[in-house]
Amino acid sequence: MTKNRNTRVRVMALLVASALAVAACGGAKVGAANSGAPAGSGGSTKACGTVNIAVNPWVGYEANFAVVSYLLHTKLGCTVVAKTLSEQISWQGFKSGEVDAVLENWGHPELVKTYITEQKVAEDFGLTGNKGIIGWYVPKWMADQYPDITDSKNLNKYASLFKTAESGDKGQLLDGDPSYVTFDAALVKNLNLNFKVVVGGSEATLIKSLETASTQKKPLLFYFYEPQWALANLKVARVALPAYTTGCDADPKTIACDYPPYDLNKVVSVKFANSGSPAVNFIKNFSWTNDDQNQVAEYIANESMKDDAAAKKWVDANPDKWAAWLK
Amino acid sequence: MTAITPDQLAGSRSLPAWRPGKWSLLLGIVVVWVVGYLVLQGRHALADGQPSTAVQDWFTNVKVWAEANRDTNPIFVYGFNYVRIALETFYPWVLNALTNIGWLGVTAVFGAIALIFANWKIAILAVLGFFSLGVLGVWEDSVNTLALTLAAVALSVTFGLALGIWAGMSARFNGIVTPVLDFMQILPSIAYLPLITLLFQIGPASSIIATMIYAVPPVIRLTAAGIRDAAPTTVEAATALGTTKGQRLRQVQLPMAKQTIVLGINQTMMAALSMVTICALIGAPGLGVTVLNAVTKLNVGVAFNAGLAIVIMAIVLDRMTTAASVRTEKVRRTGGTANPRRRRLVVIGSIVVAAIAIYQGRTFLWANTFSDDWTRPVTEPVNTFSAWIELHFFTATNWIFNTVTLHVINPLSNLLEQSPWWLVIGAIVAISLVLAGIRVALVSALCLGLIIVLGLWNSAMHTLASVLIGAAIVMVLGTLIGVWAGRNSRLEMFLRPLLDAGQVMPAFVFLPPCLGLFGVGAFTGIVAAVVYAMPAVIKVVIEGIHAVSATTIEAAQSSGSNSWQVISKVQLPMARPHLLLAFNQGVIYVLAMVAVGGLVGSQGLGLAVITGFAQSQLAGVGLAAGIAIVLLGVMLDRVTQGAGKVRRTSGAT
Repeated sequence: MTKNRNTRVRVMALLVASALAVAACGGAKVGAANSGAPAGSGGSTKACGTVNIAVNPWVGYEANFAVVSYLLHTKLGCTVVAKTLSEQISWQGFKSGEVDAVLENWGHPELVKTYITEQKVAEDFGLTGNKGIIGWYVPKWMADQYPDITDSKNLNKYASLFKTAESGDKGQLLDGDPSYVTFDAALVKNLNLNFKVVVGGSEATLIKSLETASTQKKPLLFYFYEPQWALANLKVARVALPAYTTGCDADPKTIACDYPPYDLNKVVSVKFANSGSPAVNFIKNFSWTNDDQNQVAEYIANESMKDDAAAKKWVDANPDKWAAWLK
Repeated sequence: MTAITPDQLAGSRSLPAWRPGKWSLLLGIVVVWVVGYLVLQGRHALADGQPSTAVQDWFTNVKVWAEANRDTNPIFVYGFNYVRIALETFYPWVLNALTNIGWLGVTAVFGAIALIFANWKIAILAVLGFFSLGVLGVWEDSVNTLALTLAAVALSVTFGLALGIWAGMSARFNGIVTPVLDFMQILPSIAYLPLITLLFQIGPASSIIATMIYAVPPVIRLTAAGIRDAAPTTVEAATALGTTKGQRLRQVQLPMAKQTIVLGINQTMMAALSMVTICALIGAPGLGVTVLNAVTKLNVGVAFNAGLAIVIMAIVLDRMTTAASVRTEKVRRTGGTANPRRRRLVVIGSIVVAAIAIYQGRTFLWANTFSDDWTRPVTEPVNTFSAWIELHFFTATNWIFNTVTLHVINPLSNLLEQSPWWLVIGAIVAISLVLAGIRVALVSALCLGLIIVLGLWNSAMHTLASVLIGAAIVMVLGTLIGVWAGRNSRLEMFLRPLLDAGQVMPAFVFLPPCLGLFGVGAFTGIVAAVVYAMPAVIKVVIEGIHAVSATTIEAAQSSGSNSWQVISKVQLPMARPHLLLAFNQGVIYVLAMVAVGGLVGSQGLGLAVITGFAQSQLAGVGLAAGIAIVLLGVMLDRVTQGAGKVRRTSGAT
C-alpha cells in the first residue's frame, strides 16, 4: 500500500511539474482577445456589450443583419449574437429575453398587439427604408405567352398548366418557408381556385424553381416578395389578386384580397432599448434602400460570400451611407 | 412443385377448404376499395379545413391561453415554470463547464474517460473524433449539442435508474410501466414537440424534456431486465444468508446487472443525441440548427459537414459506452483487473493529463478556441460534388423522382385522399380485422375517427401513403439484403458494423444527402425514411434467417430443393414472425422519418407540425397534427404487431 502510494505521489509530481512547464510557455490568454478596445467614435460613454439579433430565414434579412452586425462589432465593439429564428418565434424572444432586435419586420399586427401594446416588452424602432411587396408571380415568359394570366380571375383557365407531381390533378401554387407571412391557403379556397398550395420549404426552393421555370420555360405560379436580389436576373410578372383595401385582411379565414404593401420596420425589446448601449441608437438610425439590400443579398446568396465579407464589401464602397447611422 | 408447403413446415393446422385464405380476403378488400374509388372518385372525400377547423382553433386558443397565463396560472407558476427554470439553469451550467475548459480540455476529458472505463483504442478514437469536430469547423455547435445531450442523458439516467430498479423489484410496477414505455417508443419524435412547447415554450429546457421522453425508455427497460435476470440462485443464496432487501440490491443484484444497465445507458445516449438534433425545431442550439438552416438554404455542403460531425459524435459516444459495458462485465467476471498497479497508473495518468489539458483550455486561447487555421470543413468539396451530380445525373435522379412520384406516390395518395372517407375507413378496418382481429380493428376505427375529428384527414392520408410506400420499399430491400446476409456470413461480417453504425445515426443526418440527390419533394422524404429504417429491418431479418434450424434446411436440401426453394419454401416462411417484426419496426421508423421529411418538401402531417411552430395562428393545427401522427403510429403498430400475433397463435395450434 505505502509503496503504491509512493509511486502515485511520484507520478503526480512528475505530471504536475510537466504541466507547469507546458503552462509557462503558453501563449495568448483566454479573455485577452476581448480587450481589443471598441474603436467607437467620439468616446461612447458605455460599453456596447452583447446584442442578440434575430436572423429570419430569407437572404434579404440576412443582408440587414450582415451589415448591422459588421458595423456593430467593428465600429462599436459590440459582441453580436445571431439568433437564427423564424419571424414569430423571434417576437416570442422579446419576452423570454433571448432576442434584443428584429431588423426586418413584415407587419404582424397581431404580434404588435400582443407584445408592444399589451405586454409592453417590445418597441417599434422605426422603418428600415425597405419597401416590402408580397404577391403571386409567374415567370415573365408566361405573361408574354398568356397575357391574361396576370389576373387571378383567369387562373382556373390555366390550372392544368401548373399541374405537378406534388399537386395531383390541381394546379400548383408554390409557397416558400412555412414560417412566412402568407394567406395563400385561404386565398385559394376563398377565390375558388382549382389550385393546391405546395410548401417548398424555403426561399432557396422558390428561387431554384424560378430559375428552372425561366431557363427551361416551365410553367410556375409562386409566392414571392421584394426586396429580392434574384429579381435582378430573373424576370417575373405579378398576378393581380382582388385589390387590397384597408381591413380586407382582418379575418385570415375569409380573406379574399391581395397582400398589402409593407413598410418594413425594426423592432427591439424594451429591455434593450433602455440598456444605454451605443448599439441602441445605431439600430434606431439604420435605414437603407431596397437596392442596397439587394446588393448585399446578392453578395451572400449568389457569390457565396460570408456575412462579414459581404458586409465589408458594401461598407467599404458606401462610407457615406452608414456614417449617419453612427451618430 | 415441391412436397413441402409452408403450412406443413410451420406446423400449422391447414385451413378448412371453404374458408377463403387471408390473402384472398385482403385482395378482395383492396379490389372493392379501388373500384369504389374509381366509381365515386372525389365524392365524399374530406379536405382539410383551410386554414384551420374549429377543433384546431380550439387547440390554438389553448396555446393562446397558455401564453397569456404562463406567469399567473398556478399550474404554470408552481409547476411547469419551476421545471423550466431548473432546466434553464442546469443546461448553461453543463455548457459552461464544457466551454470553459476549451476544446483541448473536452477532448482530453473524453479521452481520459475512454481510457479509464473502456480501453486505449477507444481513447484514441475519442481524441481523434473530438479533434475532428474542430477540424470540421463546427466546434462550438458540437459543444452545444454535446452539452444538451449530456444534460438530457444525466437526467434520463437518474430517473431511469430509479424507475428501472423499482420495475425490476416490483412485478406490479413493471406491469404498469411496460405499456407506457411501449407507447413512448412508438411515438415519432416530431409528434410531441408541439405539446412540449405548449407547456414549456421553446428553448433548451423543452428540448431536454422532449429528449428525455424519447431517450429514457431503454435505460428503464434494461435496468429492470438486468435486476430481474440477476442469477436467481445467487439472489436466493443471499436471501438465505439473511441479507435485507437493500443489501441484496446493492451487493448482489445491481453489480450483476451492471453490464445490462450500461447497455441501457448506451441506447439512451444514442437516442438522446438523435433527438437533440431534431429539437433544433424547437430552439435547441447546436449542430441540428446548422443542418436545419443549410437544408432550407439548399446548401448541401454545409448540411453534410454538420451531419458528418453528428455522425462522428455518435460513433465516439456509442463506442465509448459499448466498450465500457464490455469492460464492466469482464471486470466483474474476473473479479478485478489483472494488474492493479498498472491500472492505477493508467487512471492517475489519465486524470492528470486531463487536468493539465483543462488548465490549458481554461487559460490559453489556442487550447480554448479551435483555431481557424486548423479547420478543413468538407463544405466546398461536397458542394462541388453535389453540383457535379446535379449536372451529370440530374436526368437520371429527376427521372426516378418523377416516375416514382407520378406512378407510385400519386396513385396511392389519390386512392387514400380522394376515396370517400367512409370507404377508406371501412377498408382499413376490414384489413385490420383480417390481419389482427376485432380488437385491433376497433383501435383502427377509433384512430381514423379521431383523425377526422382533428380535421386532418387529408394530410394524414398523404402521410399514410408515404409511410406505406416507404415501408414497402424497406421490406423488399431489407428482406433481400437480410436473406442474402443471413445465408452468407462474409457479407454479414461486412454489413454488421455498417448496420450498427446506421442504427445509431440521428434522423437528421439522412436529409442532406437525399436532398442533394433528389431535390425537394415527398419522394426525398421517403428515400430518407427508407435509409433510416433499413438497418433495423435488415438486422431482424438476418436474425430470423439464423433462427431457422440447420437440420430443417438440411432436410429440405436432401429432398432435392435448390437454394431458391430453400429460401422461398423454408427459410422465409419459417422466419415469418421475424419478418412481421421487421415490418412492424420498419413502419414505425418510416413514420418517424417521413414526418421529419416535412423539412425537405413532404406535404402532410410533418409539415403541419413544422408550420404550427412558426405560425402562431396555426399553432392548433400543429398540435392536432402531432396527435394525428401519434394516432397513425398507434394504428400501424397495432395492426402490424397484431398480424404477427394472430399468425403465431394459429401456427401454434
